[in-house]
Amino acid sequence: MRYLPLDQHDRTSMLARIGARDIDALFRDVPKAAIVSRGTFDLPDHQGELEVERALSRLAAKNVAAGALPFFCGAGAYRHHVPAAVDHLIQRSEFLTSYTPYQPEIAQGTLQYLFEFQTQVALLTGMEVANASMYDGSTAAAEAVLMAQRITRRAKAVLCGGLHPHYAETIETVATLSGRVERTPVTPGRAADLTSLIDDETACVVVQSPDVFGLIRNLRPIADAAHAKGALLIVVVTEIVSLGLIEPPGAMGADIVAAEGQSLGNGLNFGGPYVGLLATREKFLRQMPGRLVGETVDAEGKRGFVLTLSTREQHIRREKATSNICTNSGLCCLAFTIHLSLLGEEGFTRLARINHARASMLAERLADLPGVGLVTPSFFNEFTIRLPKPAAETVDRLVAKNIIGGVPASRLMPNEPEARNLLIIAVTETNTDEDCKAFAAALTEVLS
Amino acid sequence: MMNNQGRPTQSIAAQSSELPTISGDRGLDHEEKLIFELGRTDVTGVDLPATEVSDARLGGLRRKGVIGLPGLSEPEVVRHYVRLSRMNYAIDAGLYPLGSCTMKHNPRLNEKMARLPGFADLHPLAPQQTTQGALALIAELSRWLTELTGMPAVAMSPKAGAHGELCGLLAIRAALEARGEKRTRILVPQSAHGTNPATATLAGFTVDEVPAKADGHIDDEALRAKLGPDVAAIMLTNPNTCGLFERRIIEIADAVHKAGAYFYCDGANFNAIAGRVRPGDLGIDAMHINLHKTFSTPHGGGGPGAGPVVLSAALAPFAPLPLLVHDANGFRLVESRADAPDGAQPFGRMCAFHGQMGMFVRALSYMLSHGADGIRQASEDAVLSANYILASLKDVMSAPFGEGPCMHEALFDDSFLEGTGVTTLDFAKAMIDEGYHPMTMYFPLVVHGAMLIEPTESESRESLDRFIHVLRMMALEAKAGRRERFEGAPHFAPRRRLDETLAARKPILRWKPKEQAAQAAE
Repeated sequence: MRYLPLDQHDRTSMLARIGARDIDALFRDVPKAAIVSRGTFDLPDHQGELEVERALSRLAAKNVAAGALPFFCGAGAYRHHVPAAVDHLIQRSEFLTSYTPYQPEIAQGTLQYLFEFQTQVALLTGMEVANASMYDGSTAAAEAVLMAQRITRRAKAVLCGGLHPHYAETIETVATLSGRVERTPVTPGRAADLTSLIDDETACVVVQSPDVFGLIRNLRPIADAAHAKGALLIVVVTEIVSLGLIEPPGAMGADIVAAEGQSLGNGLNFGGPYVGLLATREKFLRQMPGRLVGETVDAEGKRGFVLTLSTREQHIRREKATSNICTNSGLCCLAFTIHLSLLGEEGFTRLARINHARASMLAERLADLPGVGLVTPSFFNEFTIRLPKPAAETVDRLVAKNIIGGVPASRLMPNEPEARNLLIIAVTETNTDEDCKAFAAALTEVLS
Repeated sequence: MMNNQGRPTQSIAAQSSELPTISGDRGLDHEEKLIFELGRTDVTGVDLPATEVSDARLGGLRRKGVIGLPGLSEPEVVRHYVRLSRMNYAIDAGLYPLGSCTMKHNPRLNEKMARLPGFADLHPLAPQQTTQGALALIAELSRWLTELTGMPAVAMSPKAGAHGELCGLLAIRAALEARGEKRTRILVPQSAHGTNPATATLAGFTVDEVPAKADGHIDDEALRAKLGPDVAAIMLTNPNTCGLFERRIIEIADAVHKAGAYFYCDGANFNAIAGRVRPGDLGIDAMHINLHKTFSTPHGGGGPGAGPVVLSAALAPFAPLPLLVHDANGFRLVESRADAPDGAQPFGRMCAFHGQMGMFVRALSYMLSHGADGIRQASEDAVLSANYILASLKDVMSAPFGEGPCMHEALFDDSFLEGTGVTTLDFAKAMIDEGYHPMTMYFPLVVHGAMLIEPTESESRESLDRFIHVLRMMALEAKAGRRERFEGAPHFAPRRRLDETLAARKPILRWKPKEQAAQAAE
C-alpha cells in the first residue's frame, strides 16, 4: 500500500501511546451493528501502479479521442490547442496540492493568480468586476439568475430560446425555488422578439451569444427593453474565444455575464471540470456569489492579496449567505489565466480570427452541398446547418466514416420537432483543411 | 592544509539576516509583479498566423475597442507562474493539518490517468458509441461508491460538496412532493459546516438549529423535540465536525423516519469510516461524497471538486438528469425526462453535461490502487494518527471533549491559552513560522477558539512526532509568557499578516492602469 507511510510496528506503538488495545477501540462510538467486516465489499483488494494503469488505459481505449479523427463538436465545450507550458505549470505541487487560500501569508501564489484572473475576466467581458470563478458556465448562469432575483426583488426570469438547453434546465432547477422561469420558443438562426415578455415582475432576461446554434446576437435592444422595465440583462457566453472578435457583453448593456471558460487552458474532459466565469457591475458586488480576491497590504506595507467580502459567503453568513458555494474551480482558473497570459491580446485576437475564418470556410463548403442550408447567418466558430435527413442518424453514419460531425440539435432538445434535421458544427484552430474537406466529402456521401 | 586565502569557506555570522537586499528579493524568495505590470498587449507567447477576416458573418458586431490583455513570451510566463507557485504552502511540501478539509496525499498516477487522451480529449456530446469507455468508467465508479456506502443509487453530476448537498435536498423535496406533502423545515446542528444551512435556504427550506451537548455529540433529546410534521429532513455530519462519531445515529435516523422526514448526511468526513462503516446501514437517505477529500483528488488551491450523492431507495427515483443506463447496446445516457426509464422521476438537472469526469478518473484510480482493503486501512490510519496527536498533546493543549477517542481529527479549544495573551489566531500563525500550515481555526463554532487538526493517513510516524514536538513546545512557550513568538506571526512567510479590513473597506478586485486607479481612489 504505497500511499500509506505507517507500518505495523508504527501502528502498534502508536496504539500503545494512546492507551488503546487495538484499532477497534478507537471506533468504539460506532454502533456494533454498523461495523462491517473486511469481506463485506464486492470490491477487489489493492493493486500496483502498473495494474491500475492497465485497467484504466483499457477503458480509455474504448473511447474515440477527439484528436484521433476530424472532429466538429461544440455546443458548450470546445476543442482548442493548449500550449504545453499550461499543463506543466498547473501540475506544480504548490498549485496542485494546496487548499483554498484562507492563510494568505502562505498562499500569495494562488491569491495573485486569482486576482490576475479576475482582471482578465473583467477585461474580456467588458464588465467592472469578476469573481474567482464558479463550477462551470451553467451553474454560473443559475447563480446569475438568483443574483438578479435578489437585486431586483422580482421573481420572473425570461430565458431566451437560444440558450443552451442544459443551461436552461440548470437555471430552472434552482430559480424555480425562489421564483419562476419562462422559456421563449426556440427559433434557430433568428433572434425572436422578447420585449412582450418583459414586464414589471421580470427580474432578468437571459440571452446567450453566440447562442446554442452559433448565432451572434445584438444584445443592445434586449438590454434597452430589459432596463426600461427595471429588469437586468444576463448574458451567457459558452465560447469565450468569441470575445476576441466580437463586441463584449459589457459594451452592449449586460448587467451580469455568466460564461464558460473551458476553451482557454482546459481540455474537454467529457464535460468537467470546467471553469465558470461570473462578472458584473460594481454596484451589484455585494449580491455576487463566490470567492473574491482583493488587494491589500501586509504589516510591513507590502502589497498582498486576500480573500475578501466574505461576509457574503456561507462559512460566515450560513443561512443568510448569497450562495452555498464553497469551492471554486481554482486549478481550472489557473489553466485559463496561464493560457491567456501566453496568448496576450495579440495572440488571443489572432486565435479568434483563425477560428472564425475556418468556420466560415467550412460553412460555405457545406452550404453548397445539395439539400443542405446554413441556418445561422452570423456566427463565430460554430454554426448550424439544416440537413435533408435527421441529424442524429447522419452523425451516426459519419462516425462509421471516421468523422465526428457535430452535435445534433435533437440531442439537446428532443422535444423540438424543428430541431430534428439541425446539426450544430464547431470549427477551431485544431481543424485542418484536410479535416474540413474530409467532412464535406463524407457528408456528401452520407446524404446521397 | 586548508587554504584560507581568497574565497571564504566558512559562513559569516548571521548578522546580515535583516539587511535589506538591493533587488528586494531574498535568496530563493522572489517578489513578483502582476502580469499587467510585466506584459504588453503586442507581445504573445504563442505562434499563430495573422489572419484577416471579413465582417460578412459577424452580424455587425465586430469588437471595436482594445481588450487590454497583456502577453508575455513563454519563458517569461513560465517564470512568472513558477515564482508565484513558490509563495504557496502545499501538501507535497509539508504536513497540512486542516481539519475537515482532508489534505491527504494526491497520487500522481491519478493525474497521469486523467490525462489519457481517451478521457481528457473526449467531448461530452460526442456520439455515445464513441464514449463507451467513459460511460463504463462512470458506471464502475458508481459501483464503488454504492458498494462502499451500502446505498442503492448515486447521482454523479454534482460538481462539489455543496452542490451535492443541494442535489440531495432537491431529491428530498421531490420525494415529498410526490407524497403530496409540503414540509418546510430542516434541522441543522450548530456544529454544521456553513454550507448546510446555506444549502437548505437555497433549496427553499427554513433552517432550525439543533444544539450540541457538552460532550460534542448532537443533543438528540432536543432534536427529537424539534421533529414534527413540517420537518423535511435533518442534515447531520457524521463523523461530526468535532471529530466524533454520533453514537446515537441509528436511533436518530429511526426517529427522523418515524416523523416522516429524511436523513441527509454531510459526507465530508467519510474518510474516517470508509471501508469500516456503510452509511446505508445507519439509516441515511442521501450523502454527498467529496471526491477531493476521501478519494484524494487534488484540492488545486480551492477546486475543482466533485460531490456525487448516494441515495436511498426512497430517494433514488428522483435523481437528477442525466441517468446512466445499460442495455443490449451498451451504456447510454438518459438526458431528458421523456427518455427516463419506468419509475424514474428526475427532479431536473444540476449542471450542463455529466459531472466532473476528470475527477472521476482520478478517484477511481485511487480506489483501484487502494482496493477495499487499502481504503479500510487508510481510514484506520487516519483515525489512529488523529488519536495519536490527541493523546500526545492533551496534557499541554486543551481537549474540550476529554480523553477521546476521536475519529480522524483532533479538536482542541483555546482554554490552554487563557491568560497568556496568545489567541488561537496567533498560535496558528506562529505555526507558519515553524514550517506548518495552520490547523482549521474557530470551527466548529460550538467550541471556543477551536483548533481542529486532521493529520490524515499520509503522514509518517516521524512526521507526526516532529509535528507533536513543535506544537508541544509552542504550547509550553505560550504558557511561559513568550508572546514574541506569537505576536504578529508569521515572521518568515512571503508576507506578514495582511490587512483584511482594508481589503473589505475599499475593495480593489482587479488591476487598473495607474491613472485609472488614481481616479478611482478619488
